Amino acid sequence: MSATNEAGVELPERVAAMIGTPMYPETATFPVERSYAYNTLAATQNGNPLYWDDGVADELTGGFTMPPTTLSLWMRPHHWEPGAEGEQLALKVHFDLKEIFGLPEAVMTDNTMVFHEPVRPGDVISNSQVLRSVSAPKTTKLGTGRFWVIDVEFRNQDGTLVGVESYTGFGYVRAGAE
Amino acid sequence: MSAAAPVLFGDVSVGDELPRLEVDVTPTTVVLGALASRDWRPMHHDFKFATERNGVRDIFLNTPNQAAWFERYVTDWTGPRGRLGRMTFRMRDSVFPGDRMAFSATVTGVERDDAGCGWVSLEVTLTATEEGGPERVATTCSLRVALPDAPDDNPWSRSGDRWNP
Repeated sequence: MSATNEAGVELPERVAAMIGTPMYPETATFPVERSYAYNTLAATQNGNPLYWDDGVADELTGGFTMPPTTLSLWMRPHHWEPGAEGEQLALKVHFDLKEIFGLPEAVMTDNTMVFHEPVRPGDVISNSQVLRSVSAPKTTKLGTGRFWVIDVEFRNQDGTLVGVESYTGFGYVRAGAE
Repeated sequence: MSAAAPVLFGDVSVGDELPRLEVDVTPTTVVLGALASRDWRPMHHDFKFATERNGVRDIFLNTPNQAAWFERYVTDWTGPRGRLGRMTFRMRDSVFPGDRMAFSATVTGVERDDAGCGWVSLEVTLTATEEGGPERVATTCSLRVALPDAPDDNPWSRSGDRWNP
């Protein structure tokens, strides 16, 4: 069974039903930790005093905040946890689409991040994933597959919007592997 | 360290260029960035997976870590009062160990929104160059950052209707 979306792209009904529907609402399994700020700052040699000088943080942001681009890391599952089977995957809609379309490889080609209220240590972040669009089959230098756009909205424990991420993914079969 | 002497909104004009930043990429750069962003996917730490499954030459920088590098690059320029509002980036090529990555940026817009916040738009380019090879455009980033109007102005104090990223 298939359906044609507004852009005239023929999609399996399962995929058409996913578009615009919030999926996989999740709440982080642990609160925001200051130590993750230092992991990111060290990985990028970022000396912004907002994160290294509590006096600056107190003056400008009323206390320590996380670097904005750490927005998504709170929702990324542990690589392993008791009782979980197989690899734990973030951005499940992306992996659903790979499976539905039978596309073993995938890359992210575009990423938009919008930053709202700062995230602070102790916050508990929640999100949901919304599939916005899926393209017709395309062939690129990587192979043949489809592009898709997934939005992820992040809120803190008070329901305050802290950020939105939008991802464009390309799932594909490598050239010559069909 | 001090929060004083920021770049002010009124000091910035379209066409201004940010200082270039160059960094040599090692396997540690890639793995540190992936783990810092809790990205456990093997193409960011497993050479055999990256080369044999993904068909690329090595492990490569992951997307969230590239975002963090863009943040670092821009806030190096703005100082701590600069507040990121939005970034859109497009990956054209990967950044691998052995590459020298370089960040450069041009101011493409200055505008004040209805809430009175001063926004600067930047086009940031990340290139990667393997020794002896051509400079490749790896990622381009359109970025919007709020700057203070005066040394005592603070974009971080904005929220709700006064913050429109």
